[in-house]
Amino acid sequence: MPHATLRGVVRRFGGKQPVHALGPIDLDLAEGEFFSVVGPSGCGKSTLLDVLAGLGRPTEGSVRFEGRPVLGEVPEGVGVVFQEDSSFPWLTVRDNVGFGLRRAVLPQAEIHSRIEHAIHFMGLAQFSAHYPAQLSGGMRQRVCIARTLVQKPRLILLDEPFGALDQQTRLLMGDELLRLWRETGTTVLLITHALDEAAMLSDRVGVMSARPGRFIDLVETGWPRDRDSRVVSDPHFGELTARLWTSLRAESMRAMGRSI
Amino acid sequence: MSRSAAVFGVRVLLVASLVMLLELLCRTGIVNAMSILPPSEMVAAMMTVLASGDATEAMFRTFSTVGAAFALSVALGILMGALIHDLPRLRRAIDPVLASYYSVPTFVFYPLLVALLGLSMAPLVLLGVMSATPAMVVSTLAGLDSVAPVLRRVARVQRLGPVRTLLNVVLPAAAPALFGGVKLALSYALIGVIAGEFILSGSGLGYAISFAYQSFDNSAMYGLMLFVLLVAMTANGLLYVWEGRLARRRQPG
Amino acid sequence: MSAFSTPTARLQRTGLLDPLLLTATALLLWQAVGSWTDGVAVTGPAATFAYAGQLLLTSRFWESVGATAGAFAMAFSLSAVAGLLLGLVLGLRRFAGDVAEPLLAGFYTIPKVTLYPVVLLVFGLGIGAKVAFGVMHGLVPVTLFTVAAIKTLPPVLPRTARALRLSPAQTMRWVLVPACVPQIVAGLRLGFSLSLLGVLIGEMFSSQRGLGFLLVSGLAQNNVKLSTTIVLVIVVFAIASNTAILRLSRRFAPSA
Repeated sequence: MPHATLRGVVRRFGGKQPVHALGPIDLDLAEGEFFSVVGPSGCGKSTLLDVLAGLGRPTEGSVRFEGRPVLGEVPEGVGVVFQEDSSFPWLTVRDNVGFGLRRAVLPQAEIHSRIEHAIHFMGLAQFSAHYPAQLSGGMRQRVCIARTLVQKPRLILLDEPFGALDQQTRLLMGDELLRLWRETGTTVLLITHALDEAAMLSDRVGVMSARPGRFIDLVETGWPRDRDSRVVSDPHFGELTARLWTSLRAESMRAMGRSI
Repeated sequence: MSRSAAVFGVRVLLVASLVMLLELLCRTGIVNAMSILPPSEMVAAMMTVLASGDATEAMFRTFSTVGAAFALSVALGILMGALIHDLPRLRRAIDPVLASYYSVPTFVFYPLLVALLGLSMAPLVLLGVMSATPAMVVSTLAGLDSVAPVLRRVARVQRLGPVRTLLNVVLPAAAPALFGGVKLALSYALIGVIAGEFILSGSGLGYAISFAYQSFDNSAMYGLMLFVLLVAMTANGLLYVWEGRLARRRQPG
Repeated sequence: MSAFSTPTARLQRTGLLDPLLLTATALLLWQAVGSWTDGVAVTGPAATFAYAGQLLLTSRFWESVGATAGAFAMAFSLSAVAGLLLGLVLGLRRFAGDVAEPLLAGFYTIPKVTLYPVVLLVFGLGIGAKVAFGVMHGLVPVTLFTVAAIKTLPPVLPRTARALRLSPAQTMRWVLVPACVPQIVAGLRLGFSLSLLGVLIGEMFSSQRGLGFLLVSGLAQNNVKLSTTIVLVIVVFAIASNTAILRLSRRFAPSA
């Protein structure tokens, strides 16, 4: 059984001139898979994530996570990391990370060890008493990932989490994400606009069309599970990126309003 | 010496030399000592007035009135702000009222409030509330607007209910703007109450100052005046320092 | 389709519905307070408008308006000119600005009414005291907003002007002034309101002329109609002029 499924998912936004934003989309995520979504800007990538996370309801079709329908609420076991800095500026790093567990019914010792583990895992140990304003953008995004990590999510959805970071930091954060994925065995869905990021990190990449977004290509990367950012020197990486761009180029031009 | 220390030093020096200048002008008779007391005598007059105990009742009355008006305004302002924020239609209608509220001297309603409620504490408290609440409402609206939408989404991902979202996410995120509102509410409540006492009431520090003026008791007048201004500055200064402490963590560095 | 032809829908489209509803609510509240107190404290709208009609024909009323208007015009123009100049200096001279700003902000938040006796002792009982008190209220907000307008100017704007090889005069005319106008107008609006407040307080406390004096004397003589009418006149004037300034500032600076 797939870990998460979308069946015939369509999303329209109401108003005087309704916008058909997404779909129809069918997708099966296998348990423990690393799946990335690339697409031209405004194609509905983030809408797809919202629908899967339960942050928005599909207009048509159904979404299931671990066999249960997702109905406008975020299911237990799903973690989300946003593109914008979503750390709480009034809390220290430790309290930000612990925020993810304030509703959890767990023994105090377990809560403590999970927080410590997440802080160490994301390389934040030196900064646990700092406030987010004292950290760089990359470190703040680590805080947000750690806040998700303490809940031991079985599916992590990331919405362009490294979009605001510089290229070097992005490559390193990609390595961190791969390590996290490998060591926790969680399923990952990554929305990104960076083709190289998708080609380097994923098991499978879904290429979306211009609005209304549909999958126009699904690419299997065939990387081993213990890969890291050094795959960029593998000739296969160049082929993958080229294939993604070939699929995407026409759609991107359509999204910019140009004829081909 | 750091720049901020230099700024602070020059500021202290400036105030000190202004005070000295006034002292000098008064002592040399360039400024009529009948109209303005030298600063040293103002301080002495304040000590005398405070020690005599004549002003204790007025002080108690004024500060309890201001305190009541301030607390009411903060609570009412936050509640009304939250309500207006959630009702966009009401907000559109009420925005022009808020924008021009402070162009109406609230103060002119005081005589009507006195006629309505009698010469008790009530019209003064109400006057303080009327002058302070809108500032709190405006600050609350600005604060709620400033909450990044992504933080509300985090609250949903963390499956927080509406109350927890408000207490754990929205209010802390809006805190800087709310704090600004609290500061304004304090000074507006103080201004409203003391002005009310000054012009029409028969009690309180404002009245005491005006009474001293009418009876040509310059010493008592300047003493009380200095006291009121010092209290106002201390209260505002304390809030200012506290705000700085809270804000420092949110700023880089 | 029928919904579009109702008067309500038509008003809603012109954007007049909400202000009208608001005015109606205010009038109803006023009527409620008036009838609740049986006209002892406040007269109702109808009685007030009727009395205002008579009052507007008396020379005593117009003399008072003239006295207040004269003092207010002087207070506001002094506040505006001095505030703009002071703000310009403090905004451009960073050090002086940093020294002075907290002092001015502190002065802004204290109950200045306690200082009015000093003003009276210095300026005497005439128009001078009223004007001085109006300036004490109006000067600081104009100054502080002007300083803020200059300080918060994004550094990229003057740099852009240099990159476009604009002359200093062109930079002033096309970049700096337009960028600062919204905040400066906001300061002038506040200065307008507060210098009016200062003048009125002065008249209410100790004066033989002006609207503030008329308000207090109405109260002293138990003339409820008079005091309610004066409050109405002041409120209408304040709201009307504030709205006019807002409109003007939106026309000249659409971003405000």
